[in-house]
Amino acid sequence: MTTQEALFQYTLRLGDTNLILGQRLSEWTGHGPFLEEDLALTNIALDITGTAKSLLEYAATLEGKGRTEDDLAYFRNDRQYFNAQITEQPNGDYARTIVRQAIIDCFDFYFYTELAKSKDETLAGIAQKSIKEVTYHLRHTSSWVERFGDGTEESHNKAQTAVNELWQYTGELFEMNEVDAILIKEGIAVDLKIVKEKWEKHITELLEKSTLTKPENVFMQTGSRKGIHTEHLAYILAEMQALPRMFPDAKW
Amino acid sequence: MKTKEDIRVLLSEIPDPEIPVITIIELGVIRDIEISDDKSITLKITPTYSGCPAMKQIEDDVRKKLTENGFVNITINTIFSPPWTTDWITPEAKEKLRIYGIAPPEHSTEDKSWLTGKPKTIACPQCKSLNTKLISQFGSTACKALYQCQDCLEPFDYFKCI
Repeated sequence: MTTQEALFQYTLRLGDTNLILGQRLSEWTGHGPFLEEDLALTNIALDITGTAKSLLEYAATLEGKGRTEDDLAYFRNDRQYFNAQITEQPNGDYARTIVRQAIIDCFDFYFYTELAKSKDETLAGIAQKSIKEVTYHLRHTSSWVERFGDGTEESHNKAQTAVNELWQYTGELFEMNEVDAILIKEGIAVDLKIVKEKWEKHITELLEKSTLTKPENVFMQTGSRKGIHTEHLAYILAEMQALPRMFPDAKW
Repeated sequence: MKTKEDIRVLLSEIPDPEIPVITIIELGVIRDIEISDDKSITLKITPTYSGCPAMKQIEDDVRKKLTENGFVNITINTIFSPPWTTDWITPEAKEKLRIYGIAPPEHSTEDKSWLTGKPKTIACPQCKSLNTKLISQFGSTACKALYQCQDCLEPFDYFKCI
């Protein structure tokens, strides 16, 4: 694999993760528990979808086969997607959405901090941009995790259930393969071991502060680096891709 | 041949699509202007937020303005680095925001203490009271937070400091 090919794969993976998460979150549009939260979550979804657009645009350039970011988003099947499995998990109740988002915001915060130092100028630029936005996201979702965890018995139980059920998807966030190895050598990719250490510390403190228990010895799901997903991804794609697939030359 | 300054004056006629009281030049999103000849120009533009839906509109408006002024080969490149910051909004534009009813971004973005501590105290753009309350970090657009004045009771937008 050449560096260029690895860079395409890497950028595609980051783009897919943002795209699927943005799409998933935007399902809350008009359904938030109250107006301000509805706005907050859709704003977060918009930032994330915007980051996805920048990344997929760059991926399309790197590939150099004339595909656009829209082609990448709308004309690939689930096995050709490389988003982390946690991003495709159903929204569930609000505690579950918030817990999932806090786990990812915390990862993104440390990940983009490292990626901002990348030798690849475009990735570094996108990371510098995103980190400003993610800082707001993390602050918002962390405060909700705390309120749910340390709130009523019901909110605590819902938040704890979400943590217990989502934890199995956190291992995958830190998996590295040949793509990472090639790019870390070039100073382009992030060494996820560094991110893991910081993420673990931050999340552990957040859960403790929220009176939630961190699951131990959990079997970790894997597969997205190879395009293997949970059943939920195909349904997201079916909804997201229906229009462009039905009218491939539609413009908007 | 037109100078960079001429182009800046031209682009100053374009209002921000979502906050029409300030121009795209005052917003600070035009990062570089390169004029090759009377017909060719390259611009560098940076988004305020990654998902800002106004960026496409801004690009279309810029293209239209330059076409009207004789440019044929117009290249607009989006750049991400250095990332846009509210520090680039001119002081005059901040005053225009306040008069329009949007509390302008306060302080320098270098100050990160508010992220871990209490939210900043923001003055009400209507009655100038400091007795205001943060309702939500996320407002009507990506760049704004929602506040409410506890004295005149008006809810208002605050242009987030990033």
